[in-house]
Amino acid sequence: MSGRAAQRIDLRGMVLPVALVAAAELLVRSRGLRSDAIAAPSEVLLAWLRALVDGTLLSATAETLACAVAGLAIGFTLGVVLGTIFGLRGLVDELMEVTIEAIRPIPPVALIPIALLVYGFGYRLEIAIVVFATLWPAMIFTRTAIRGIAPRLFEVAKALELSPRERIFKIVIPAALPQIFVALRLSAAISLIVAVTVEVTANTIGLGHEMMMAQSSLHPDLMLALLVWTGVLGWMINAAMLLAQRLLFPSSIAERTGEAAR
Amino acid sequence: MRRARLATLAASFLVAVGFVLLWQAIADARLVSPVFLPGPDRAWSALVDGFQNGTLIQKWTGTLERMVYGWLLASALGICVGALIGISQAARAYLSTTIELVRPLPASAAIPVAIAFLGLSESMVLSVIAFGAVWPTLLATVHGFSTVHPRLYEVATALGMSRLAVIRKIALPHSMPDILAALRLSLTIALILSVVGEMLASRDGLGSWILLAARSFRSQDLFAGVILLGVTGFVSAMLLNLVEAWLLRWRSEGRR
Repeated sequence: MSGRAAQRIDLRGMVLPVALVAAAELLVRSRGLRSDAIAAPSEVLLAWLRALVDGTLLSATAETLACAVAGLAIGFTLGVVLGTIFGLRGLVDELMEVTIEAIRPIPPVALIPIALLVYGFGYRLEIAIVVFATLWPAMIFTRTAIRGIAPRLFEVAKALELSPRERIFKIVIPAALPQIFVALRLSAAISLIVAVTVEVTANTIGLGHEMMMAQSSLHPDLMLALLVWTGVLGWMINAAMLLAQRLLFPSSIAERTGEAAR
Repeated sequence: MRRARLATLAASFLVAVGFVLLWQAIADARLVSPVFLPGPDRAWSALVDGFQNGTLIQKWTGTLERMVYGWLLASALGICVGALIGISQAARAYLSTTIELVRPLPASAAIPVAIAFLGLSESMVLSVIAFGAVWPTLLATVHGFSTVHPRLYEVATALGMSRLAVIRKIALPHSMPDILAALRLSLTIALILSVVGEMLASRDGLGSWILLAARSFRSQDLFAGVILLGVTGFVSAMLLNLVEAWLLRWRSEGRR
């Protein structure tokens, strides 16, 4: 009964996407519509296959992902380190507040011209912007997570006479890890979005740039294929991160309270 | 308590001043080429010059208008579609899959498509902003509507309220905290996409202005523009915070 209801809802959900795709296909086919903006879905699929076979799709994807991952690795690590310091040392956090709040609201894309001046086109330009964009969520999530650690854990650390280093690696990081992972998932999504944005705006590598090239050379089929592919990529990254979160921290909340009680 | 907070804030401000002085020292000692890094003195005078001869004001209003219009468009769209999905089972069944399919697309990836349809025009920039900034508001509205206590809907049915009245008198006020938080997030997105749109379509605004400054190696103008964009982000978020506190004042009053 419930299964049938669920199935019916699924089908109704598919009506609009299927109708849109069919309408686009019919419109282009029957009228012989030639447009710079729209292509028949079948042509889009063919363009995707062509790009896949001649290698441009994979190399552009590799460029985008390389920038996103490198930027994420640097920005996220920096953010976690800063967040750990600010979370453990309230005074440092208070003293840095005005400086941080002055820098944080700068839109990452506003830094593109500066990075362009310093690095020119290429990987470093894109990585620099991704670093700036992923730094903040990592910092804020880590700081909040560490503030939320049960004070009793710090008492235990004191009783065990752990060194500051041991305290961070054995108590603080494990206790804050589930929340830090949530920050990683968010930052991963941000890193792809920012990488594509830099490519669309300025850079000469990656999926975003290929898309702009396809648009300006009047290949709507390739442009739409790349657009859909970028969406699929983002969706896959998010799904993989969600799966990892479920596998690594199956019941993060229960785990944490259990640890605190122990 | 209050005095201690003021003292740390003052100390924190002094730290920030220290960083600016450090920046000045680095620029003066030419540790970094002045082509990349102007001192704060040069950035400041570029800011003052820009305001005095009016160019910076003109670019700034351009960006602000674009951001606000795009944001309003996205917010209206997000609340309307969100309310439709939140109140109607049928709308939810038909629309939610499509939304889940479109939502993961980075808004900037939609720019080439928007250019293909609308050209390098103002409406292209506005539709990209609306597309990118609509999601937080839309999802918050749907979420807010779904957390209304079912009994309130039953009461509404018993009172014979129309659907529009249910939305206006029950569901929207209930969803207000969610929606306001989303509106703040979407304003940030709107600012980012305004800058991107200006850079790409060369519309009159701070985005195209700083790109031009970078291309002609006027780093002091570039930094002035970036500072102004940071100020814009900061002030707009603060204004929305105030609006939020004012609109939600019934919450703290209720607790008393």
